[in-house]
Amino acid sequence: MSKTLFDKVWDTHVVRKIEGGPDVLFIDRHLIHEVTSPVAFLGLKSRGITVLYPERTFATADHNTPTINQHLPVEDPLSANQLKALESNSNEYGISHWGLGHQKNGIVHVVGPEYGITQPGATIVCGDSHTSTHGAFGAIAFGIGTSEVEMVLSTQCIMQPKPKKMRINVNGKLGIGVTPKDVALFIISQLTTSGATGYFVEYAGDVFENMTMEGRMTVCNLSIEMGARGGMIAPDETTIEYVKGREFSPKGEAWDRALAYYKTLKTDADAVFDKELTFNGSTIEPMITYGTNPGMGMGISQDIPDAAHAEGGAETYAKSLNYMGFSEGDHMIGKKVDFVFVGSCTNGRIEDFRAFTSIVKGKQKADDVTVWLVPGSHIVEAQIKEEGLLDILTEAGFTLRQPGCSACLAMNDDKIPAGKYAVSTSNRNFEGRQGPGSRTLLASPLVAAAAAITGVVTDPRTLMETVEENVNELV
Amino acid sequence: MAYDKFNVLRSTAVPLPIENIDTDQLIPARFLKATERVGFGDNLFRDWRYNSDNTPKKDFILNNPVYSGKILVGGKNFGSGSSREHAAWAVYDYGFRCVVSSFFADIFRNNCLNIGVLPVQVSAEFADQIFNAIHADPNTELEVNLAEQTITLLATGEKETFEISPYKKDNMLNGFDDIDYLQSIKPEIEEFAKQLPL
Repeated sequence: MSKTLFDKVWDTHVVRKIEGGPDVLFIDRHLIHEVTSPVAFLGLKSRGITVLYPERTFATADHNTPTINQHLPVEDPLSANQLKALESNSNEYGISHWGLGHQKNGIVHVVGPEYGITQPGATIVCGDSHTSTHGAFGAIAFGIGTSEVEMVLSTQCIMQPKPKKMRINVNGKLGIGVTPKDVALFIISQLTTSGATGYFVEYAGDVFENMTMEGRMTVCNLSIEMGARGGMIAPDETTIEYVKGREFSPKGEAWDRALAYYKTLKTDADAVFDKELTFNGSTIEPMITYGTNPGMGMGISQDIPDAAHAEGGAETYAKSLNYMGFSEGDHMIGKKVDFVFVGSCTNGRIEDFRAFTSIVKGKQKADDVTVWLVPGSHIVEAQIKEEGLLDILTEAGFTLRQPGCSACLAMNDDKIPAGKYAVSTSNRNFEGRQGPGSRTLLASPLVAAAAAITGVVTDPRTLMETVEENVNELV
Repeated sequence: MAYDKFNVLRSTAVPLPIENIDTDQLIPARFLKATERVGFGDNLFRDWRYNSDNTPKKDFILNNPVYSGKILVGGKNFGSGSSREHAAWAVYDYGFRCVVSSFFADIFRNNCLNIGVLPVQVSAEFADQIFNAIHADPNTELEVNLAEQTITLLATGEKETFEISPYKKDNMLNGFDDIDYLQSIKPEIEEFAKQLPL
């Protein structure tokens, strides 16, 4: 019987099917962090059970960590306590722990792929909804709750019904200034924030085939923002080139076996999806959000839609625009920006900093904008320095912070103040997401860069006469 | 046994007819710093419930003594966003045992089922009926019967059936959870692991 990529990976990992219930799904790789794991470890203790395969779980601290002065003790006692709990729990059960200050420390969805923990055809979970990121490698990867973290620790399995399958095809040549982030925000704006709930998505078409792994990770990362449990892209030469030789990638004979498995990971020609959508990539503009969920996005040159054209009730829509301090019909271009945040598991990779730098090169940061540039990991941080990006950024008036989730969810001190506007390369524009009362405009690193030097929402294409040149020089 | 058994719940309900209520509203990230599962109910809907000086916002429904009960009725796409189980813990800890909506986000629904909060998905029409009934009379009682898979507006007898997998239903009726089940099949899991490609 013909199978989709998703079927192949899922079916390979089903330990047992329960009639009238979920499948028992085996998990190859489990990532944990300080926020959603402590109660799971408490659960193990209260039940008197232990970790079944500690070598399949990896711990990194990222959500509440400071992004400056990481060599100093963490000041917030609650955060410090969570970090300590992650360390002591990891040590107690023999789990690899990459705490603050460790060379491998960084955002869980950035370091997982960097060290080869993420592999094609694997099942990967983490107590974090953006685990969908790892789907870029053709893995089934999704976020789980803390009860499920406890399940994976104790039995390496979770229990879930098999989701429905959706394929989203995007073909065509992307326009100048259009990044993987824009492709994802465009798709979400078309499907709405709940349009893919109940589905696991496969992204197909030449737009994704032509993307780097970094770009694919950005796209898959945002799958959850349209409600999908996860999204995946079939592994190809780009994927294999990326994973080969990384620290935790299979080696020797194990690599040959893995490679044989990876080659099977594509959707059969006549496989059927529950839903299939196709978009023309050449029509996508640089995107920006104007509301309080990621589905409320549009091309940057557009005006904020009328309530009549909005998804969701008029009351909900009005509440959202009111929170943002916007009105129907407003232009986004020219709106004042107070903060710019570049980073997160969505856009905290080297390519994102290259893109940002390509725009700001030779220009100056706007005086009245606070800009936080936060690499996703120490590897990204080192690359920024080695490639000479830091020199260009410094010249333009920017500084680089240290790796972590930072202002994406503002659990640490990187909070956008109430009422202020932030152009953010992160993934959620929910009310208060970046700090109580904060107002978030989600966008690509290019749009973030354009705002950082102009102080207002700016179409990056207007600054891009020399961009291709700059990108070439930087690469 | 991991949580309270759920059988029949008869209660008034708190209506929150807003769509896309996300997990950052249910519990903002800055309140996720505990290492134990305690006190999350205090911060349920924190930023809708309290001003920045921690005084209650008078116009928010949880601060209105007219509305109370063990059932929370939310708008469409309830619980979107983060995987934080803390959102479900906050709902439970506040005192709700059942959330009713015309549509739930996946992970939130799963998390609720894993901790003994029953997510009841109803039609958009029935959700509106419930909102209208509570609007007309805040003392309106709902009855959620898990064994029968029904939710009833007691005053009028209007009812609807809801979906739940037989496995999860059995778990909730008996207060079992998935970890109990998985522990019982551990040898099978270990055998399975030996033949995996990765």
